[in-house]
Amino acid sequence: MPEQLIFAMEVTLNGLMTGVMYSLVALGFVLIFKASGIFNYAQGVMALFAAMTLVGIQEGRVPFSHLINAIFGTEIYDFGWDVPALLAILLTVLVMVGFAFFVQKVIFKHLVGQEPIILFMATIGLAYFLEGVADLMWGSEIRTLDVGLPQGINLAIDETTFNWFGYGFFIDNLDIVATIVAAVLVAGLVAFAQYTKQGRAMRAVADDHQAALSVGISLNFVWILVWSLAGFVALVAGIMWGAKSGVQFSLSLIALKALPVLMLGGFTSIPGAIVGGLIIGVGEALFEFSVGPLIGGATENWFAYVLALLFLVFRPQGLFGEKIIERV
Amino acid sequence: MFYREAGDFKTTYAADNQTFPIAFDRWRYWAVLFVAVFVIPLVINDYWANALLIPFLIYAIAAIGLNILTGYCGQVSLGTGGFMAVGAYATYKLMTAFVWMDMVTITLLSGLITAGVGVLFGLPSLRIKGFYLAVATLAAQFFLVWIFNRVPWFYNYSASGQINAPERMMFGVPVTGPNAEVWVKYLFALGFVIVLSWVARNLTRGSVGRQWMAIRDMDIAAEIIGVNPLKAKLTAFAISSFFVGVSGALLFSIFLGAVEVGEAFGISKSFLVLFMVIIGGLGSIFGSFAGAAFMVLLPVVLKIVGVDMFGWPTDIVQHLQFVIVGGLIVFFLIVEPHGLAQLWRLAKEKLRLWPFPH
Repeated sequence: MPEQLIFAMEVTLNGLMTGVMYSLVALGFVLIFKASGIFNYAQGVMALFAAMTLVGIQEGRVPFSHLINAIFGTEIYDFGWDVPALLAILLTVLVMVGFAFFVQKVIFKHLVGQEPIILFMATIGLAYFLEGVADLMWGSEIRTLDVGLPQGINLAIDETTFNWFGYGFFIDNLDIVATIVAAVLVAGLVAFAQYTKQGRAMRAVADDHQAALSVGISLNFVWILVWSLAGFVALVAGIMWGAKSGVQFSLSLIALKALPVLMLGGFTSIPGAIVGGLIIGVGEALFEFSVGPLIGGATENWFAYVLALLFLVFRPQGLFGEKIIERV
Repeated sequence: MFYREAGDFKTTYAADNQTFPIAFDRWRYWAVLFVAVFVIPLVINDYWANALLIPFLIYAIAAIGLNILTGYCGQVSLGTGGFMAVGAYATYKLMTAFVWMDMVTITLLSGLITAGVGVLFGLPSLRIKGFYLAVATLAAQFFLVWIFNRVPWFYNYSASGQINAPERMMFGVPVTGPNAEVWVKYLFALGFVIVLSWVARNLTRGSVGRQWMAIRDMDIAAEIIGVNPLKAKLTAFAISSFFVGVSGALLFSIFLGAVEVGEAFGISKSFLVLFMVIIGGLGSIFGSFAGAAFMVLLPVVLKIVGVDMFGWPTDIVQHLQFVIVGGLIVFFLIVEPHGLAQLWRLAKEKLRLWPFPH
């Protein structure tokens, strides 16, 4: 086989893995948009906040220690204990649920019935707010996140492909774990939405707010539930991205990577988020591989958007989005 | 008592349709203009100009531009930073390629170039609507910033990848470059603000503006009664981009002087201008000014209160600033989703009746 083709295959495989990571972020968007019509720009910052909280709890840091020290002149930084990873994850989930309560009770309860653009702006405000809180709470230096996920090159794949093509593919173990986790997460979410009472309520609200309200479903509860779920998905995305590239500010920018995925897959479709993520992941990896060197590289900043844009011109509701029916 | 229509008789159609129907407002308007043109340049100093007044004026133009697109025509755009970059780089290329050209022409030409680019990126709006369009405009943001970063022709192959504004004279005094005095820069920006906001006000209440608003309120219905959506949407994109381009040009040539594109025109700039428009009030020229003033003033005030008064470390104040800006935005949206302009309208309603309650 020609060498270029083998390289392209490796790039494609890695693109698929990256695509899964994009899908993880996009999932959180879809959950909230479906159930409440809120386009949640803060999803990326939620992932950052979740990852920082997880690291902070694991290392036994005192929240807001910088602020406390600045105000009271004290010198506290650490509780002096280490929390095991699993317990820390559980505690972080609790924090995210608390955050969901806060968001619903303090912000979106007062914005019911506003125009979508106003809700969108509110989530941008929320993103700024949360980013500031996260930095105040845990400090802004770069952290490494270690919850015991395998990392580094997968030797089995390396060897097998070497035997087949005479060239070993570099596939990160972490990406494989991420793929499995994403698959489990999606299966879990679908099962939850299909087979539990709360999941049915969630789907009812997504279909029609007023009809759901009239059969006795509490909108407030469903929205808190959805924000908690989105917080959980953000935590998973935060763990994966944090383990990959460290917990730092740029983690919140993965929201910007998830937006074209959403456009492509449709804002309201969970399978769309997955398929869109895969297409974008492969597309941008291959484009950077084949065309990137000719035009200066770093094309992955915009390629996804342009791809999604071209795509939307032919199918304005995305791949799996609900058909847009307009009435006057 | 003094703020009322009574006794102010309108005898012509033009008088009936004027922007400020109340005599007091007209006097106030001329007074503000007088102070801005003749008083402030005499008393202005470096700090006031660079921290507040010049950025306020420049961002006001950008906010009016985005307000035309988002507030009047209903097309949400997150590409403002990218279009400002187009204005800035067009100015730079024109300044270095045509050394004899005066700054007003250069700035206006930069606006026109940006308008062209805006129309190009506005084309998808004919097919895509709502949030899909908002995300699609991000394509403009990222693509434009990338191209200014990667194509050396745009920054004249300079080693740093930055663009620097050379010195240009107008009426014998330098307008751009390190030797330009602040009152000159201030007046230069102010001139653009006055002319452009006059243009914007008259466009938005004319037939073009009414077409935009028809599209915003319900595009299909507007199409049925004979508004051409192609024309309305693309003119909105063109004129909005013209304003934004002029603002980017001024930001580069008279305010920053040296620009690194990812830093100066990144996505945070798009959000900043969008915040100005939302907090100021969608679909209001006054709101654009109020929003720009608010967003320019806020970090300055926070810094003065946090660092100078309480003596907290700068990094904590910076993080607190995020918290407070975010919190205030959410607070404003909850209390008054129609922005400062709506508060202003309510205040005027109250004033007309004052001191009687009904």
